[in-house]
Order: sequence, then structure tokens, then C-alpha cells
Amino acid sequence: MKVTETPPAAPAPRSPVAKTDAPSGRPDKGTEGTVLNVFSHGMLIIWAVLVVMPLLWAVMSSFKTDDSILSTPWALPDKLHFENWSRAWTQAHMSDYFLNTILVVGGSLVGTLLLGSMAAYVLARFDFPGNRFIYFLFIGGMSFPIILALVPLFFVMNNMGLLNSVHGLILVYIAYSLPFTVFFLTSFFRTLPTSIAEAAMLDGASHTRTFFQVMLPMAKPGLISVGIFNFLGQWNQYMLPTVLNTEPDGKVLSQGLVELAVSQGYKGDWSGLFAGLVMAMLPVLAAYVVFQRQVVAGLTAGALK
Amino acid sequence: MQHGKYRFIAGFLVVPLALYAVFVIWPFVQSIYYSFTDWTGLSPDFEMVGFDNYSKMLQDDIFWKSLQHSVLLVLLLPLVTLGLALFFAFMLNVGGRRRKGAAVTGVRGSSFYKIAYFFPQVLSIVIVALLFQFAFNPTSGMLNSTLKAIGAGSLQSDWLGDPDLALYCVMVVLIWSTVGFFVVLFSAGMASIPKDFYEAALLDGASRITTFFRITLPLLWDTVQSGWVYMGILALGVEAFTAVQVMTVGPGGPDYSTSVLPLYVYQTAFRDAQAGYATTIGVGLLIVTMLFAAVVMRLGRRERLEF
Repeated sequence: MKVTETPPAAPAPRSPVAKTDAPSGRPDKGTEGTVLNVFSHGMLIIWAVLVVMPLLWAVMSSFKTDDSILSTPWALPDKLHFENWSRAWTQAHMSDYFLNTILVVGGSLVGTLLLGSMAAYVLARFDFPGNRFIYFLFIGGMSFPIILALVPLFFVMNNMGLLNSVHGLILVYIAYSLPFTVFFLTSFFRTLPTSIAEAAMLDGASHTRTFFQVMLPMAKPGLISVGIFNFLGQWNQYMLPTVLNTEPDGKVLSQGLVELAVSQGYKGDWSGLFAGLVMAMLPVLAAYVVFQRQVVAGLTAGALK
Repeated sequence: MQHGKYRFIAGFLVVPLALYAVFVIWPFVQSIYYSFTDWTGLSPDFEMVGFDNYSKMLQDDIFWKSLQHSVLLVLLLPLVTLGLALFFAFMLNVGGRRRKGAAVTGVRGSSFYKIAYFFPQVLSIVIVALLFQFAFNPTSGMLNSTLKAIGAGSLQSDWLGDPDLALYCVMVVLIWSTVGFFVVLFSAGMASIPKDFYEAALLDGASRITTFFRITLPLLWDTVQSGWVYMGILALGVEAFTAVQVMTVGPGGPDYSTSVLPLYVYQTAFRDAQAGYATTIGVGLLIVTMLFAAVVMRLGRRERLEF
């Protein structure tokens, strides 16, 4: 704190050999600052517009008629055409896609967190032969291309009769979420203090009971972070269901949207399509606005090793 | 006690491990085995064909095209995305006008920028790809109508239908959706750099550009490097597959001009019914991925700076 009390602008006695551009010091830096400020603000605003514009455009288009979307793409809607939304919700099966996605993601999220934390807890807290091997087996899954396993996976699922079923998709989502979940939670369990668990054990609690009643509640922040990461990943999953879940009735949201784009595009129902797109955006938008901090923390935790 | 411990360990590991082995490890191992067979995927019969698939792959024009596109993505995408993100993050954290005696501050409203920039990251890549498919629509898309409106009508183009442009359009979409994530990530990294470093640099009369290259970038290098790996995996994997599959005609663009390796694996297996050959291409993709990771790790290795 001492250092910041001296204003940095007040130049400390400078040794004469310090910098060649030293004489042009203050006034020049002032202009550089202004020019750079205008420039940097400009760039930041341009990017913000580039990010927000397409989203606003989609929302706007979802309330317009097909004619005005095509003829005057930038004009505001003449009135709010809510019928686009109801058409997408019922006739274009958006309601079914939502329900399927909620079922699949709900099931797999619970499964991922439960199984992931169980495996991570054991790997983090117990010494046993093969511990390292199992750990690296899990971690290795983060780096290889999923598409390579996808072809045989299709036939594994086929043989087990799990293709095109909600529970089949749930099991696959859990399996493919485990590498990161185990990786993240293992390092998290290592940071938790051991004394409370030991106290519980001395009081006669079993290992299982210690885990569920003592360790799991303590691991809540970690579970929330990794839960958000998995929620967004599984909600937005496209490649796995495209291959493993081709039944028209069982489609999840991302598949349904592509389906919608193809069929509505063919029919020329652009407004219905935009309504479907915006509808699919709303839940994550809401989640992001409400849990903004946790979402950012959960997602960025994934990239920092 | 000891006995109970091992029973507990086994009990907790058996379900996760079994799921992981059946749905991830086993298919992965199988795929390498299948790459040496002539399996169609339609019938249960197949024969070992040795390296036939591999020599077929080396003579396959579409494979080479897809490989070329994937390599282009892996080189360009991280460069542009991380470059933009570093620039924005620096502006948001260090670029501000000096005020209230603080040596370095971000520009005004930096938290708002961070919230807005990050939003595309939470959207499904499918939604993003569909949205941009419209923006790029030649007749009524946002892009062409804007160009017309500002009097630059001659720049209008058949974006996704033009074999020379289509892949770059896909790239723009991937950049658009990822930059914000790295802005936030790098901002967190920059916030942990001690302020004294900047103060010392300012006392020495360093400009902001010098400050960036001499202080911020070296201290952030670890984060940049893991970002590089992350972007590379994205460019070789699911995100590139999804964007190309959803956005471009075919899919794969006019004359395979946007085809990427994961898409070609998918098409060979599930459209052309050549499951054996598809896994061979998948092994090719695996090799490219591992090479990429090895190169980044190698190039990025430098002395870790402690502070």
C-alpha cells in the first residue's frame, strides 16, 4: 500500500542514462493516452455491438411477419406477432424438444455429479494400488477426439438396445462428462480439510456416511461450479444426440432446432424459426443473468489447470 | 477397518468406472481395431484388411481437403481469437485513463463489457450457427442488407455459397462465440499481476504497448498457452463439426470447401456406410490432435515466472 500513495506520475529522480525517449516524457504521454483511449473505447464498443446486434436482431425478427423479415430486415416489427411463438411452440414441436432436453439433462446432471464426486473423493483421499492409473485413465478422456469413439459407440449402444432412448442418452452423457468432473473434483476434495472427516469417523460414522453427510456438503462450491459447466455442456450437446438419438419424437433441443431450420426454411416460415431460436436462447440467457458470477467462475475453471 | 476401506473404495468406483469403460474407453480402443477392417457398419461381417484403409486415406482427395481445412482452423483460429481477447482484456484492465492515484485501471464500464462479451459462450453452438446462417443469407441476411444500406453494395456476396469464403465465414462464427470467454479468462489472470510491476514500468516511462509486451504477456503466458490448447481442441473437434454441419450446404460446403476432419469421419460412417474407413480417418484426426498439443507444449515452454 505504501507504494500506491506516491502518485506514479510524479517522476522519481531519473538517472540520466535511463531511457532515450525520456525527454519527451509527460506531454507526449498525455496525447498518447487520449488517442489510445479513443481508439480502445472505439474498439470495445464495436465488439460489444457486434456481440449484441445479432441477438437483438433475432429477438426482433421473431416478432415480425415473414414478409417484413425478408423485405426490411432492419425495420422494427409493425406489431408484436406472438403467433410466431405459439406456432413454434406447438406445431414445430419446440415443447417436445424442451421436455426431452430437460429429462435427459436433468438425469445426466444428477448422475454426473453423484458418480463424479464419488470417484473423485475416493481418488483424492484414499491410497490404494492403482489409484494413479485410474485417475489418469479418467483424465485422458479430456484430450482425445470424441468423434473417433462415436462410430463404435453407436454399435455398442445398438447391441445393448440403448439407441434412441432417454436412459441410453443419459448414461452416455454421464460417461463423457466424467473426465472433466473427476479431474475438477479430485483437486477440489484435496483442498478440503481432513480433520472434520476424521472427527466424524472417530464418532463412529462409516466411510459412506462420512462422505454423504460431511464431505459432500463441504464440497458444495465445487459441485456448483462443475455442475454449471456440465449443465451448459449437456444442454447444448449436439454431436452425441445426432448420432445416438435419431428418433423424431425423442429429439433434444439442439437437434430440434436444426430440424426446425430445415423444415421451416423449406416452408418459408422464417418468423417461426426465429421464434424457436429465441425460445431456445431464453433459458440460458436467464440462467446467465441470474447466476452470472457462478457461470463465469464455473466455465473459466475449466480452462485453468 | 482396513477391510471396510477397500470395500468402500471398490463400491464407490465400480459404477463410474464401468460406465466410463463401456461408453468411452472400450469404443475408443475398438475404433483403432476397426480402422484395420473393411467393416461397413451395416452387416456384422468384416475382415481384417491390414493397412488398406490407411493407404486409401492417403490417396483420398476429400481427406486431404478436410485435413487442410482442419489445420488452417487450428492455426488461424487460436491466433485471431486469443489476439483479440488479449487486446480487449488489456484495455479492460490496464488500458484506462489514470485516475484517483491508481497506477493502472481498466476503461470505464469494464464490468459491463465483460458481461456482454461472455454471453455468446453460454449459447449452444447450434443456435449461434443457425443465427449466422441467416446473417450470411445472400438475399435477406443481415450482412448483405447492411452492406447495401451503407452504400457498399458491391461488397455483397453469397457468403456461405462461395467456396473461397465459406470456411472463413465459419471461422468468424467460432471467433465470435469464443472471444468473450477468453476476455474474461485473461482479465482474471491480469487482475492477479501485482500492481507494483505496472507502477515501476510507468516510473521508467514505459508506454502501454511496451507494458503489454514486457509485463502482461510474459506473466500471462501459462494461461495463454492453455487457451491455445483449448482453442485447438475446439477447432479440431465438436465445435468445428457442429458449425460446419449446421451452417454450410451439403453439409461440407460447395465442393467440400468447408469440410473438416470430424465432419468427414461422421459422413463416411453414417452417410456412406464405411464404418471401418471412417475410424481410419478418425485415427488420422487423433494424430493431428496429438501433434498439435505436442507442438504447442514444445513452443510454449519457457521459464515460469514467479511473482
